[in-house]
Amino acid sequence: MNINLTLIGQMIAFAIFVWFTKKFVWTPIMAALEERKGKIADGLAAAERGQHEQELAKQHAADELREAKAQAAEIIGQAQKRASGIIDEAKENARTEGDRLLTAAQAEIEQEANRVRESLREKVGELAVAGAEKILRREINADSHRDVVDAVAKQL
Amino acid sequence: MASGTLTSSEYIKHHLTNLTFGQHPDGSWGMAHSAEEAAEMGFMAIHVDTMLWSLGLGILFIFFAARAAKSATSDTPGGFQNFVEWIVDFIDESVRGSFTSKNDLVAPLAMTAFVWIFLMNLMDLVPVDLIPWLLGLLGVHFQKIVPSTDPNATFGMAIGVFLLTMYYSIKIKGVGGFLGELTLQPFQANNIVVKVLLIPVNFFLEFVSLIAKPISLSLRLFGNMYAGEMIFILIALMYSAGIVLGVFGGALQFVWAVFHILVITLQAFIFMTLTVVYMDMAHSEH
Repeated sequence: MNINLTLIGQMIAFAIFVWFTKKFVWTPIMAALEERKGKIADGLAAAERGQHEQELAKQHAADELREAKAQAAEIIGQAQKRASGIIDEAKENARTEGDRLLTAAQAEIEQEANRVRESLREKVGELAVAGAEKILRREINADSHRDVVDAVAKQL
Repeated sequence: MASGTLTSSEYIKHHLTNLTFGQHPDGSWGMAHSAEEAAEMGFMAIHVDTMLWSLGLGILFIFFAARAAKSATSDTPGGFQNFVEWIVDFIDESVRGSFTSKNDLVAPLAMTAFVWIFLMNLMDLVPVDLIPWLLGLLGVHFQKIVPSTDPNATFGMAIGVFLLTMYYSIKIKGVGGFLGELTLQPFQANNIVVKVLLIPVNFFLEFVSLIAKPISLSLRLFGNMYAGEMIFILIALMYSAGIVLGVFGGALQFVWAVFHILVITLQAFIFMTLTVVYMDMAHSEH
């Protein structure tokens, strides 16, 4: 247990170890710890921000959905309106077409009737002539009285 | 493992003698061959075992800690970095708890003191005869492997801490402030004559308390470790006293070693805490 130079040696060794610890152990470890602290804080902040953003996005999505629904409802309404419009128009068209066809048919019928009437008239004329001829054949020659027959036929 | 040629007191004395290198009375340099010879070498001698063991342990700590620190990342730390970070965190917390000023040296100082002393104390748990016996086979006759049972080591550190506290006291408070702290308290007076009269009294009280700090700091550690080592040596004596006492000694050694784990950690922690407290006192005005 003698006090001797070892004392000085230990003091120097202690001083060197303290210096070394400060420079090569403490400072880098503390730096790493501080950095990690920063990273963790950043991470937490980012997580919070993310959560906030998610909430915003959710809200946004809900808004969008609501808007889309409204739009869809509007489109459906418009389509329905348009469909009923088309139906009405078709009905109208059908009606006018029907009317047109009806008048055309009526005109045709009338025309046909006229024609029939005309041919009937001719036939009646012919019949009358034929009748008259038969009657007259007994009395007069057809050839000699042709002009009279023609005149009669023309008058019919 | 006391051999038949040694008496108990010789065995103990042998274990308490450092491997000393110094100048023999005849002028030649070399290892001391006995405790008396070592004592005669006076101040100009060096305890080779204390120096080598303490330096070895210190370098071991520095090497591993610096390696962990060099590759320290702020990402998920690996196993050893985690361990070093845990120590750093623990020291940092202790320093924050008792050191109120700002000084970047205090925490590394505390860490060095704590880890180094802990490692030196830890050598106490190595069976007392193992390494001296192994080295004895190699022809080295004295070996004390626990550097903190050498007052040179504990005083060396305590004086280092003391010098730092003196340096910072004077740096922070100025020479006047430091001397004022030494002479103008604890007894204070408004009358100038009384004040002057009180100076010697104050100085005596303050000087004693100032000097008491490093002495108590080093003697506390030294005393605890020396006593613990002594008990290990006494237990080891039982091994040469028959099989019954030997077995009893073995059990006793185990129990004492387990208890000693607490002591060595506690002593390292106390040394560190007091170092921090003294540094804090040096930084703050009374």
